[in-house]
Amino acid sequence: MSNDTVQVELKPKDYATDQDVRWCPGCGDYAILAQAKKVLAGLGIPRENLVVVSGIGCSSRFPYYIESYGFHSIHGRAMAIATGVKVANPELSVWVVTGDGDGLSIGGNHLLHTIRRNVDITVLLFNNQIYGLTKGQYSPTSPMGKKTKSSPQGSIDFPLRPLSVAIGAEATFVARTIDVNVKHLGYILERAARHKGTSFIEIYQNCNIFNDGAFEYVTGKDVKDENAVYLEHNKPLIFGKDRDKGIRLNGMKPEIVSLGNGITEDDLLFHDEKAEDPSLAYLLSRMHYPNAPEPMGVFRCVERPTYEDLLMDQIESSRKANGEGDLESLFASGETWTVD
Amino acid sequence: MVVSTQTDGKSVRQVKVIETSQVTVRFCGDSGDGMQLAGTQMTTASAIFGNDVSTFPDFPAEIRAPAGSLAGVSGFQLNFSSHLLRTPGDRVTALIAMNPAALKTNIADLEPGGILVVNDDAFSKTNLAKAGYDENPLDAAGMSQFKLFRIPIDKLNAKVCESTGLTGRAVSRCRNFFALGLVYWLYGRPMDPTLRWIESKFGGKPVVAEANTLALKGGYYFGETAEMFPVRYVVPKADIPPGRYRRISGNVATALGLITAARLAGKPLFYGSYPITPASDILHELARYKNFDVRTFQAEDEISAICSTLGAAYTGNFAVTGTSGPGIALKSEAIGLAVMTELPLVIVCVQRGGPSTGLPTKTEQADLNQALFGRNGECPVCILAPATPGECFDMAIESFRIATEYMVPVIMLTDGYLANGAEPWRIPDVASLPKIEVKHPAASENGFLPYARDAKLARPWALPGTPGLQHRIGGLEKADGDGNVCYDPENHEHMIHTRQKKVEGIAETIPPTEMFGDDSGELLVVGWGSTYGAITSAVERCRAKGMDVSSIHIRYLYPMPKDIGAILKRFKKVMVPEMNLGQLVQLLRAKFLVDAKGLNKVQGKPFMISDIERGIEDTLNGKAI
Repeated sequence: MSNDTVQVELKPKDYATDQDVRWCPGCGDYAILAQAKKVLAGLGIPRENLVVVSGIGCSSRFPYYIESYGFHSIHGRAMAIATGVKVANPELSVWVVTGDGDGLSIGGNHLLHTIRRNVDITVLLFNNQIYGLTKGQYSPTSPMGKKTKSSPQGSIDFPLRPLSVAIGAEATFVARTIDVNVKHLGYILERAARHKGTSFIEIYQNCNIFNDGAFEYVTGKDVKDENAVYLEHNKPLIFGKDRDKGIRLNGMKPEIVSLGNGITEDDLLFHDEKAEDPSLAYLLSRMHYPNAPEPMGVFRCVERPTYEDLLMDQIESSRKANGEGDLESLFASGETWTVD
Repeated sequence: MVVSTQTDGKSVRQVKVIETSQVTVRFCGDSGDGMQLAGTQMTTASAIFGNDVSTFPDFPAEIRAPAGSLAGVSGFQLNFSSHLLRTPGDRVTALIAMNPAALKTNIADLEPGGILVVNDDAFSKTNLAKAGYDENPLDAAGMSQFKLFRIPIDKLNAKVCESTGLTGRAVSRCRNFFALGLVYWLYGRPMDPTLRWIESKFGGKPVVAEANTLALKGGYYFGETAEMFPVRYVVPKADIPPGRYRRISGNVATALGLITAARLAGKPLFYGSYPITPASDILHELARYKNFDVRTFQAEDEISAICSTLGAAYTGNFAVTGTSGPGIALKSEAIGLAVMTELPLVIVCVQRGGPSTGLPTKTEQADLNQALFGRNGECPVCILAPATPGECFDMAIESFRIATEYMVPVIMLTDGYLANGAEPWRIPDVASLPKIEVKHPAASENGFLPYARDAKLARPWALPGTPGLQHRIGGLEKADGDGNVCYDPENHEHMIHTRQKKVEGIAETIPPTEMFGDDSGELLVVGWGSTYGAITSAVERCRAKGMDVSSIHIRYLYPMPKDIGAILKRFKKVMVPEMNLGQLVQLLRAKFLVDAKGLNKVQGKPFMISDIERGIEDTLNGKAI
């Protein structure tokens, strides 16, 4: 920052709008909103340079509560709208807020293709494993057998794992966090915001009305340490209340081992978020309760040129090769003739 | 009739030269036979010669249907004349058929006494069977009504290309140019433009350039030398307004118009599109011009195409999406979002035969109702329709003028006939083009009302990145003024009326309707879109025969020019030709309470002038049409 610029330091509250927040009391969305404002303030992103785009669903009310430019669009299409915003003005910081229904069901196609193009946007997918705004139907991430209003005998839809999908779609940044673990949530949001390219975060978010306790196994005081493993780059995968368990690779299979009795940290799987090959990140994305502790943190963070940079490069190289566009020569391109 | 002497260098033979005012030629063959290329080459040569030209290609949806099959026939029709043209012609004066399948699918359009040139070598037993002929149709009695020329094009072409050393497929690829050379001789076309094209296209492959040159010249000299052609034809130059010209198709004109609009406003052009026939050429054309800051985005589907476009519009680009009827169906919800968020957006719909996948490569006008009504809620959208390929340029600019002046989405309806049809286009003077002035509110610290309105009811186009103007938009109903989500019943009704009034207000800034013929009378023919040429020519002919008929062409379908109602009432009868089952006619009847009658054709083919002439005559004679 140059000395003659007076930059007003923004606080989290400066990112609040005058709108009443209308999520249900006790909803996990409140914690995510609070952390988002904190991270925005911490990063010093000017409010006018921030565009928050959403689709439809509880999570998609997010833009109304952030003092920035916001677009609450139609169901499933936030990724496509955000792509247009970013391509039209690559200087902007563009965030997408979506949910398991909006992002993975009706909007699944746009999610895949935006990720593969690596458009520089930050995607927050609130996963509560239920349709909340339409009052409680099973979603693409609801477990098999889940009884809801639309599945009274239990869901017969096999669920998909958002992070496996993102990694399969060639994501350059993939992470998972939990609404109630606010410190970790803030850290992940900040990492995602700093990443250049599509950052995809799955946030376990509790819907206390239609699917209360869905993530109790990783949030409950007595069980969370046994059922979650927090990833750190270049560190072994250790978990448990006493940090006495770890994940070891047996061929292609992760297995739980107890430390001691000849097993040391060096025998464990070491996390490498920068691995070019996505296999490790994919393997981690398959670890699932109750068979294994679920990894939290940054699964993958690699560099690849962004879509909008490549596009702007093409515009630049076209200008260099052909000169700045000139309408007269454009009109006269191809064979012309003159009538006197 | 003129008698002149032609020479081939050695012998001298008499060839009659007949002057004629108009010739319609159709090349047809397998889709891999290069018929489109032969046709476009002859178009350029004719335009440079000084004739007026109008063309229409007709190709199958299959890229390479089995060789020799009926499904694989590709055609290109060229009309050239010594007077001004408006259509590619009704019946064909000369048909060049490269195989039996091409003959079978096109012979019905050849006028009695017309010239029929066939590649006799292709009329083998196998090819006849593929076309469903039991016997060689060229031997049939019916052929005597035509001037039939059975020419062994394969053999002759192979002979003239012998010196290049090329064989097989490489040689047969040149046979379209042999046929073209022959037609050039027949109609006195200059070979130079095509020779120049060969040079620029195949400059890097001298052998191929040589073979094509030999084929073209071989065909030409064959016409001159062979005793079988006793007559050739000349079409004198047309009286065309002076200026510099190029050939332009509707899709290219649309692309150039979009680039121009963005340039005139000093904006980047964003084009989000998913490949679809017959609109893809707009994407191809725009992708070539990135040095104009054209940002093309090939989306993963139609919905992403329009949503990315909406995002770009919100962010301040000149944003446009292009598609055809099936794509509009997929974009409907997002068009509604554009109406609700009041963002400037252009949607180009190149109509094709429907419903569903329909006839992808054929033309139709059956998406008018979809453009007008195909959305949930009260959702008015401005609709424009150019009448000629060249007019696509002007209407693309006009679409952006309206979109940005009123902060609305605009649908520009073209069709396959305009998109692929081509005509000479007088290159406009850049300085004479209309300016498009776009305003964005400046940074403010005193609050901002995203749904405040100007005299035209347009809301401000506030761009992300502008300090102090942060605001939220979306698909939920807005409170007028502050734009916050609002479920208040009175506000909803007020906003419904406001959006409607705003779009209807566009009628205040569009030009009045031009009359062709008289201001009042017995019969008024009302058209829209690509039927302009056929309608106007038919009305012209009927008036020359003394009939009391006039016409108007509606380029602004919604809102319509304010004078339409009054014009309709000054005529006793109203006839509306459309390539659908009567969509505009239904609108005119409902809106103006006139007893308008439809003249409808839905064959995937444009109207012929004679179709409309017949409709006019029948209507004036009190017969049902």
